[in-house]
Amino acid sequence: MRNILIGFILLITTQSLAQSPSGDDVLKRLDQNMTSNSKVVVSKMIIHGRRGSRTIESKSWIQGTDQSFTEYLAPAREKGTKMLKLGDQLWTYSPSTDRTIRIAGHMLRQSVMGSDLSYEDMMEDPELHKIYSANIIKEEILNDRLCWILELIAKKEDVAYHSRKLWVDKDRFVALKETRYAKSGKLLKTTEIKEVKKVENRWVPMRIVFKDELKSGDGTEFMVDSIEFDVAIPDYIFSKASLRR
Amino acid sequence: MIKFLLKGLMRDRSRSLFPVLTVFIGVFLAVFLYSFLNGMMSDMVKSTAHYQTGHLRIMTQAYAKEANQNPIDLAFIGVDNLLQNLNEKYPEMIWTPRIKFGGLLDIPDENGETKTQGPVSGMAVDLFSDSSPEYKLLNIEDAIIRGHMPKQSGEILIGDEFAKKLKIAPGDIATLISSTMFGSITMANFKIAGTVQFGIAAMDRGAIFTDISDIQFALDMQDAASEILGFFPDDVYNDEQATLMATSFNEEFKNVDDQFSPQMGTLPEESGLTDYLAMVDSMAIIIIMIFVVAMSIVLWNAGLMGSLRRYGEIGVRLAVGEDKGHVYRTLIMESVMIGIFGSILGTLAGAGIAYLMQVYGLDFGFLFKSSSIMISSVYRAQVTFGSFVIGFAPGIISTVLGTSIAGIGIYKRQTSQLFKELEV
Repeated sequence: MRNILIGFILLITTQSLAQSPSGDDVLKRLDQNMTSNSKVVVSKMIIHGRRGSRTIESKSWIQGTDQSFTEYLAPAREKGTKMLKLGDQLWTYSPSTDRTIRIAGHMLRQSVMGSDLSYEDMMEDPELHKIYSANIIKEEILNDRLCWILELIAKKEDVAYHSRKLWVDKDRFVALKETRYAKSGKLLKTTEIKEVKKVENRWVPMRIVFKDELKSGDGTEFMVDSIEFDVAIPDYIFSKASLRR
Repeated sequence: MIKFLLKGLMRDRSRSLFPVLTVFIGVFLAVFLYSFLNGMMSDMVKSTAHYQTGHLRIMTQAYAKEANQNPIDLAFIGVDNLLQNLNEKYPEMIWTPRIKFGGLLDIPDENGETKTQGPVSGMAVDLFSDSSPEYKLLNIEDAIIRGHMPKQSGEILIGDEFAKKLKIAPGDIATLISSTMFGSITMANFKIAGTVQFGIAAMDRGAIFTDISDIQFALDMQDAASEILGFFPDDVYNDEQATLMATSFNEEFKNVDDQFSPQMGTLPEESGLTDYLAMVDSMAIIIIMIFVVAMSIVLWNAGLMGSLRRYGEIGVRLAVGEDKGHVYRTLIMESVMIGIFGSILGTLAGAGIAYLMQVYGLDFGFLFKSSSIMISSVYRAQVTFGSFVIGFAPGIISTVLGTSIAGIGIYKRQTSQLFKELEV
């Protein structure tokens, strides 16, 4: 009898969660979908600046949430430039000077390759639920998809964006649109996902448009050419020595 | 008559020494202050033109709006073509492209790791072509403290103070970390050829000088430049001609709908010095006015004392029948002579000291340690034709004015009372 009662209570709780999950639950589901043990991504970045567009190609090896290694493949000027993220440290290697420089302090606010993304964005923990507390403020249809609108407020002070608003696809747990704000409430960045594809049982954004609202230009398109999840990546990749290889 | 008065002045020193000294000091101060102000202003205008704006400056409209931030992403592309056009259209002018950039200068240790690092503001100019006017404009060779001029691509000059701070010397390698014209982070290695000191705190503190082609390559700015500067061949700014050139250039090349089309501005427009120069002119006039009034009061007083001392002499002259007007005029004549003599001495001394300051200058660098203004920290006076003229008018006017006021007393003397007064 006691077991039946507990089972009944659990069923009711689970059902009610399934019907109207909390903001934090949605955020956790979103993080689960977006992160993996490891992944290898070949991508293209089209930067639409004030004086025209440039395309930059790169290949990234990502392990968990705090190790990543990126090698730029094109154009010729950027080819061979590498970037290594180890925890809260970021290093860049330039083949023309054969120098490895740590990017720190105000340099983190600079744009990556002239795009609408900053190094600070790259350094951010991809698991948003660790940094933000979330609330569902309403539901809305965006690009024919029913979405929760999540309002995220930072749990700590030293974050790049004090608050965010996310339009999370209710079925696919992908943030179709995101706006990021400063503590003053000023809009700093906008992200829109234009294309989503199912890869190995997870929904992956394949084309994202980033727009730095403090910068002129028409934003940066980020396109995933190929993506592989849970790939075995050798440890040496995530070492400073690999930058000069 | 003049000879007679002159003899009187020479023989009676108490009649001439104090007024001459007063005029001398006043004129000396006026000439020196005028030359000093002149030198400071001339230095400021020259430094601004040479290091910042040229006599004429061409930038894109977008760059001009944010020029103080050196936004190289808004730089002008198509420099070679524009330079050709400028040389054909305004052949009398000297045109030179420059790039101003910022970044970090990173000094590696023996393992290639960062040893020291500092923020840097750089200027890339034409260092290698034979026709480059930059050596003369920036006075680079005279500014070298250690090392030598860059002889080949990849060599740079660095502010001496900055080099000491980073603990580097000629021959060392430094890596410039900056952004390309398209916003990518970029690194370029340079060899330090020499260290320089311009006497301009903002530049000596954290500046590097490179050849423009090196920076065009490093910052991905092929055929691009932040600005093209134009200079009059005699290095003297001519506002009328500059305005005419800027108007005709803007009519031909400036397109309001294209933010990357070039626009030309004149030195006062580009530097914002117009109001400042007008203010300094007014200040010079005010200084001279105060000097004339103050010196007149002193000389009036001297005249009064002289009149008291010469009370008997004037009384006798009037008693023997000399006309009051004649006595008054001789006093004025004497004051003119004193004025001229004092002014000559004061002008020579003032101009002499000012000339020494023009040649050697006075270093006030300690006052500008945190300054970001392109102004020389070595103060120099400038002796011009004006320096020799500026003291004479106030020198003579003040003595004449002082004597004229003091001399009015002559007309108050009564002939009937003279003998009575002379008995005493």
